[in-house]
Amino acid sequence: MTMATYGATAKQDATRFRAKTAGWRKVVHVIVLVVLVVVSLGLPFYLLFITAAKNQSEALQLSLSLPTEWHFWDNVKTVITQGEMIPAFFGSLIVTVPSVLLSLIFGSMASWILARRATKPMAVVYSLCISGLILPPAVVTVMMLLKMIGMSGTVIGMICVYVGIYLSTVIFFVTGFIRTIPISLEESARLDGAKPLRIFFTIVFPLLGPTMAAATILLVLYIWNDVFYALFILSGNVDTLPLNLYNVASAGLHLNNWHLIFAYIIVMSIPLLAVFAVAQKRIISGITGGAVK
Amino acid sequence: MAKRDDGARNRIGLMRQTYPSWFLLPACAILAIFFFLPTILNFVYAFTNWSAFSQTISFNGFDNFVDLFRNGTLVRDLRTTLIFAICVAFFQNSFGLILAVFLEEDTLPNRIARVLFFVPVLMSALAVGYVWQAILQSGGALDQVLSAIAGYTIDIAWLGSTTWSIVIVSAIQGWKWAGLAMIIYLAGLKTIDQDVLEAAAIDGANSWQVFWKIKFPLLAPAMTFNVATSLLGSMNGFDTVQATTAGGPGGSTEIFNLFVWRTFGQGLYSQSTTMSLVLFIVVMLMAVPVIWYLRRREAKIL
Repeated sequence: MTMATYGATAKQDATRFRAKTAGWRKVVHVIVLVVLVVVSLGLPFYLLFITAAKNQSEALQLSLSLPTEWHFWDNVKTVITQGEMIPAFFGSLIVTVPSVLLSLIFGSMASWILARRATKPMAVVYSLCISGLILPPAVVTVMMLLKMIGMSGTVIGMICVYVGIYLSTVIFFVTGFIRTIPISLEESARLDGAKPLRIFFTIVFPLLGPTMAAATILLVLYIWNDVFYALFILSGNVDTLPLNLYNVASAGLHLNNWHLIFAYIIVMSIPLLAVFAVAQKRIISGITGGAVK
Repeated sequence: MAKRDDGARNRIGLMRQTYPSWFLLPACAILAIFFFLPTILNFVYAFTNWSAFSQTISFNGFDNFVDLFRNGTLVRDLRTTLIFAICVAFFQNSFGLILAVFLEEDTLPNRIARVLFFVPVLMSALAVGYVWQAILQSGGALDQVLSAIAGYTIDIAWLGSTTWSIVIVSAIQGWKWAGLAMIIYLAGLKTIDQDVLEAAAIDGANSWQVFWKIKFPLLAPAMTFNVATSLLGSMNGFDTVQATTAGGPGGSTEIFNLFVWRTFGQGLYSQSTTMSLVLFIVVMLMAVPVIWYLRRREAKIL
């Protein structure tokens, strides 16, 4: 009896002790977390916001003190109207959306064949198709090529280049994924007399959800924020948000216009941040489900 | 024998019917015209005197390469690009891995922190570069914070060193992409079998040992993806460097693509093309051993 009670209290003590240390560890963890976030994210974003709210001469000092007068909305208004952000936003949109959609559709169509037809020639085609995952595109000659066929400086030319660059990413993700899908579903549909086009779009395509989500996120990140390829191909003809930022910042004005640069950066980041805020859970699970398999 | 040949032929015929080749056509056509053709043209135009200043284009052999080599740009930019890529791979992966391990447990504060660390990933690299340029200026935000802590004035131009600027810029690039590396490492950590971790705990392994002996090796697939994309991807980098140093001071942070853009802007198309070709060849030469090594490492562990 005594032994039993002794054992019970010891056990209780042990669990109480464990709970106590676990509690302490949790507190320490949260403290370290807050310090980490403040130091590594807090400083840059604090500077970004307060500088965007200052007037020109105050912003010039890049100091961490709060603005004496808040000009945040004035600065935002200035960059939207004078920085021509609205046309640039639509420029970004009209380039990004078709590029991503076409890459996904063409890429997944090719992936289906590449995954299912396991022959030697197909293996060669596959490795050529995914080589763009690593090899850098020939940016100067692609510009020249577009000039020759009359597509330089056009949205369509830019879309073709983006699709050419990022198809590899889609094909790499999707082919790997389709190989893990059992073939039986497709076969039963085929025995029912369904044509390939129908089999692909009604049976295979809907199963690609997670991996397509991962590919979409990466492509949107790359294309929406791209400035390098856009500089070569669109420069001076079509504006996108990053291209516009580059022009504003390198016009020699940027050293004395930090408040406008930073207001511009805040406004231009809003679209992707808004999408992320809405679909945050799906985006993170999309990447984790699709990228590492 | 003839019958079996027929069977094989039938099977291939059926395969072609079920998975028709024309499904490959749109993707292959775009890849051929807008990816492979320019790459082939790169191999042609790098051997010409193509520029904005001459009406005709003629072949000049290896002149462009010899010029770039003689004036030292080729070696300097190659060295800078390699240092940049290796440092980015190091920073992005160590930041990402530390964050993933630290934020592994699925608690509310950790979930919030994960979302916050993903914000720089969503931002334009150009924008991130400008913000850090402001922080790292002499007398800028970082100097002010350090001065306040130290109690006397600290005035360092963080991006003014011809030796260290490229390392600092690569750390900024690592900071920007750390959130993505973190998410991929978190996914890798999730795939680790709980039984293995429990067995290690029962055997008395502490958390340090558990990490280095079990978790770290089992993260091999995530590491392959992260290292390959960060290392080979930043060989093709541009935005962050352009926004922070624009190649300076004194050309010490000029990576390949900055040269390509600069000479293109000056109308020196053949030089620009030549450097673009050098980049292509260097990445190709690196990719084979890097991917081979990472894959072999995976195969050994798993």
